This record gives sequence, C-alpha cells and structure tokens, in this order.
Amino acid sequence: MTETRPRLRKSPYPLWFFIPAAIVYGVLFLVPTVSSLWFSLTRWDLSTAEFIGLENFQQFFSEPFLVKGLVNTLIYAVTTSGLKTVCGLLLAVLLTSNIFARGFLRTLVFFPVLVSTIGIGITFTVMMHPTKGIINVTLETLGIPGPGWLTDPGLALFSVALVDLWKGVGLATLIFIAGLAAISPDYYEAARIDGATRLQQFFRITLPLVRPATITVVTLSLIGGLRSFDLIWAMTRGGPGFSSDVIASVIYKQYQAGFYGLSTAGNVILFALIAAIILPLTLWFNRRGVEE
Amino acid sequence: MTHPIKCILAGASAFLALVAASPSQAETTLSFLIDNNPDTVAAAEALVAAYQAKAPDVTIEIEQRPGGGEGDNIIKTRLATGEMSDVFLYNSGSLLQALKPTQTLVDLSGLSSQAKVDEGFKAVVRADGKVYGVPFGTAMAGGILYNRKIYQDLGLSVPKTWADFMANNAKVKASGKVAVAQTYRDTWTSQLFVLADYYNLHAAVPNFAADYTANKAKYAETPAAMKGFERLKDVHDAGLMNEDFGAASYDDGLRMVSTGEAAHYPMLSFAVSALKQNYPENLADVGFFAQPGDDAAINGLTVWMPPALYIPTSSQHAEETRKFVDFAGSVEGCKVMVETNAVQGPSLVDGCDLPADVPPAIKDMLPYFEAKDKTTPALEFVSPVKGPALEQITVEVGSGIRQPAEAAKLYDDDVRKQAKQLGLPNW
Repeated sequence: MTETRPRLRKSPYPLWFFIPAAIVYGVLFLVPTVSSLWFSLTRWDLSTAEFIGLENFQQFFSEPFLVKGLVNTLIYAVTTSGLKTVCGLLLAVLLTSNIFARGFLRTLVFFPVLVSTIGIGITFTVMMHPTKGIINVTLETLGIPGPGWLTDPGLALFSVALVDLWKGVGLATLIFIAGLAAISPDYYEAARIDGATRLQQFFRITLPLVRPATITVVTLSLIGGLRSFDLIWAMTRGGPGFSSDVIASVIYKQYQAGFYGLSTAGNVILFALIAAIILPLTLWFNRRGVEE
Repeated sequence: MTHPIKCILAGASAFLALVAASPSQAETTLSFLIDNNPDTVAAAEALVAAYQAKAPDVTIEIEQRPGGGEGDNIIKTRLATGEMSDVFLYNSGSLLQALKPTQTLVDLSGLSSQAKVDEGFKAVVRADGKVYGVPFGTAMAGGILYNRKIYQDLGLSVPKTWADFMANNAKVKASGKVAVAQTYRDTWTSQLFVLADYYNLHAAVPNFAADYTANKAKYAETPAAMKGFERLKDVHDAGLMNEDFGAASYDDGLRMVSTGEAAHYPMLSFAVSALKQNYPENLADVGFFAQPGDDAAINGLTVWMPPALYIPTSSQHAEETRKFVDFAGSVEGCKVMVETNAVQGPSLVDGCDLPADVPPAIKDMLPYFEAKDKTTPALEFVSPVKGPALEQITVEVGSGIRQPAEAAKLYDDDVRKQAKQLGLPNW
C-alpha cells in the first residue's frame, strides 16, 4: 500500500502530458455539467437567466406526470434490460453451438442494431396500427382480435419495450458470444467426462464464467433503458395521453415548450437517478467479483 | 510543368476579377426563414418571385425549418444566439410574446403597408404599443368540417346547438358511417373541441380571458370553460368516432371527411389548403360550421390569426428587409399569396379581396365575419397563457382515459407552470 505513492512520483511522464486530456475533459464534460447545474436553478430563456433557487426542482416534482414518468422509466429500463440479458444469453448459447447457418443467423440477430432507431420506430408504428397494421391484420385472419398495441394506455409502454428488445438484443448477444468464446473448452470436456448434463453445464459452467459479459450487458442496457428516448418518441410521443412518458420525454416536452431552466433541472434529476442506480449496482457487481 | 501554373494564374486572375467586380453590382442577399409546410413554401416562393421582379438587385434565399415544437426551438435558439435570418415567419399571439419582441425584433409600426392592415391583426403582433409583424396569409377559424354529401343524403341541416349536433351524429352513426373523425396520432388535432369552443365560453363569460391571465379564473372552476372537455367526452362516450382514432393521422382525418367516410372533423380552416392539395376532387363536398354551443342564438366562430413576418434586430440588412416586408404586407403582396394557395378565411389587408371561386368550406365561414359579434379571436391570441400539455390532456379525455373535471384541473396546473415560466405577475 505504501508502494503506490513513490511509484506515482517516479512516473516517467511529466504532469503537462495530462493537459490535453484535461482540456478535452473539461470543455466537453466539466463545463457543461457545472453550467447545467447552474441553469437548473434559473428561469432561462436562452438569452437571460434569472436565479430562482430550487423552484424548478419543486415544479418538476409537482409535475403530475413526473411520478408516472419516473415509474415508467424504471419499468421500461428493468423490462428491456432483463429481457435483453435473458434473450441475449440464450441466443448467444444457441449461436455458439453447432447449428445450421450459424454465420447467417448471427448476422440476422445483429442486423437490427445497425438500423436507425427512428426508422425502426416508424416501421413498427405502421405495423402496430390497430386496424391496418400487419400484426393485427395477421392476428385477425387467425381469428384473434389484436389489441391496440400503441393506442391502449396499458400496453403502449410494453409494446415499445418489445421493439427495443428486438432492436437491442443483437448487441447483447454479441457481447455474450465474446464472453462465451473466452470460456476454455476444457471445462466442458471435464464436465462431460464427469457426466454432467447440458443443463448442468449451462448452470454450473457457462453462467458463472460468462459473468463479466452479463455485468456489461446489464449495466449498458440499464443505462440505455433509463435514458431511452428516441424509440419512445418515434412510436408514441409519450402517449396516449401521458401513459408511456418516461423522464427523458417529459424533459423533452419542457424543452419544446421553451422552459429551458425547467428541462435542465429535469436533466439533472435524470443524471442523479442514473448515478443513484448504476453506481451501487456496479459497486455490488465488482465486490462480488472480487469475493469470488 | 507550365500547364498547372497557367491554370493557377488564370484561376487567380478570374478570382481577382470577381472580387473586384462584386462591390460595384451592389447586390444584397437576404435570408428568409419559413416552415416547411408545402402551402407556406408555395406562398413564400410566389412572394419572393414577385418582389424580385420589382427589385432585381435583391436576392432572397428561402430557408426551411420544421413546424411544431421543434420549429419553435429553432426560432428561439437562433434568435438567442444572434443567428437568425434577415426575415422570418412565425406565429402571432401568445407564441410571439414568448420571443420577447421588444428586445429581439425590429419595430415595423412605421411601414406604409400597415395603414391597410386589419386592426385585429395588429393587436396580436403588438408589444408595448409597437407593431412587430405583417400578416402572412389570411385569417382562419376553428370549427367543424363536415361532408356535405352525407348531410344531403341523410337530410341533415347544419346544427346550431350541441344537442342538434349530437342528434346529427346519431343519425350518421345509424347510417353506418363514422360520425366524428378523430386523429390522435397527431395529438394537436385533439384540442379542437376545447379551443374552438372559446366563442361559446367568451359569450358566457366575457371577462374570462382577462381573469384567466390574471390568475383569477380557472378552467376547472368555470362551468362554461369545462364544456369543451365535456364535449370531447360526449363524443367518445357515444361511440361516434372512427375505430382507429388513437392511431389515425391528420391526413386520415382529412381523407375521411372529404371522401365521405366520416361526416365531421373538428379542425382549423387552414385544412382547406391541404384538402385542395391532397383531395382536390372532393374539395366541393366539404363544408364548415362553427362549434355549436348550448344556445342557438349564440352561434359564432373562434378565429385564429395567421402567422406574421418579422425582422430580428440582428439583421445586417434591416433597410432592404423592411422594403421586402412592406411589400409582403401590402395589398399587392397579399394578392400574390391569396392567388397562390387556397384561401383559409378573410383577408386581413384592406383592399385585398378574395377570389370569387373560394371553396365551399370558406364560403360557409364568411357570413360569420360579415355579421357583427359573430367572431372572437381564440384564447391564445388574447391571453399569453396556454399550457403546453393541453394536447395530451385532450387525447386522454377524448380516449376515455380521464374525466373532464380532472382534466380541467390538470390543465390548470399546466397553465400555472407556463405562467410562472413566463414570469407573469400574480402567479
């Protein structure tokens, strides 16, 4: 422990080597962060900013739909993150096994990641149209009355989450494939010799050893889910009414209305929320990693 | 080896010649920012072409921006950063006030064209006694577009009261057609039953706008103001709407009412331009009436003022720009615009008469304007207060998600937020 300090002093790089990085970090991260903290305390119309203390935060929390937006954000993040992790892992296991047309299937699963989110949103909006969309038309021919995927207030958020899963599962699969490839085949060989079943191999070898990949997928998809905006905006604009509003869309609406200080306050809240969820989670993951 | 050098020399001398020649031509290039609605683009292009024929030394370049909230952001950001074009098109009324015209815009009170501009219009582009804009296009109204063929076939007459309207709707529904088209994919279209009811509200509570601005009157506490929300619910509860109302778009609504799929579509009369473009063969089948209220004797139109042209103080060519704007506001400029697009209502420039062949929906509007006290400007033109969430709230009421009383309360909260952000007194 005492070794670290002398080692720092002996660093072969002079201090000014850090200046370029510090400037980039300062200009692109520190200045906007600090100034948004300041602007969140003002009534701001882009030209003049009047200091009003915590009024924006008070307003934001009394916003009738903030609470709903908050709950929706959590539901959306947990749903998409959970589904992406489970489906991604299963697909990765499938796509690393010896199946027919493996390369093609991998491409197929990854393809939606490459398509523009707005494009996907618009396409699915058309497909999920309650009377003319291909999904409900197909269901109808099978004799099943299709729901209003995006127009039923109880369903809209989950419909968007499903599309998000379809779009994002390719990336999760890719990370899991990389994680699976890193597991030495020796383990499986040993397990097979000991007579372990496929299921046992999965739970006793694959799942524990693919842990770093799981952590990456969960963290990334959770952050993505918490700040997701583009897909929701393209598909429902937070509607019908406010039923699929998330924090990011509430913030955007304040910005649209010209309430710049208020929407900045919303961004600070979103920042705090993500930090409050992801930071303990990462610490917990890392600690468990060390313990093992 | 000599070839490239020759080329460079030739190029350089050509460049020098250009640089030397340009000041003597004294040509001014003005930038003109408009929204990307096809009608606006057509009118702006016609206006620019007409002006350039008169002033050949001026070149006007049209820039387009998206409409709606996104467009508002562009306008506000560019004004705040001093990057605004020499002249721009933007809403009049409460949205203009949010731009702080006294600080950001050039006073246009002195333009010679202002002498013929309607006083009612000047009121909605005025701040601190100065006029900041000239009208772009004609006035329009909020009300109900109806299919005249369905009315003929079913023997219906234009309703004067809400009860008559609902009776008509019941007959239309019985005939197997959609009675009221609603298009909540484009959420702004859901507000019409509330906004176009303002004439009726104003007739019942004449000081509502002033009290509302001063934080003395509330939607939730004014029965006449609640009516708009209640009417939305009436229509939903009676099952009069198209099955896909939650996913249908503005254009679906226009198609339904013009082709006879639906009998009614609550809308602003500016839709007539879009009808003319998209469904020209059905244009004659569409009529228009004011939103009916409780009393047949009180039946009038809620009127929307057109957007206006403004000059930002940041313009480097204020003098040339003033001349162009003056032309746009003149009788001649008004005629250019009126001849380019479908007329949406009466002209706001004295002497700029409407063409004889206006579509029937517009003809239906004109008697209201000719009679006394049959029109009133929409609330957003007489009060700076308009909550941004109204369209989501009206979607909820119209879809049966929320009850009118609760919706009105919610809207009052939304309005309070906006008033506070504007820094209005008494809030």
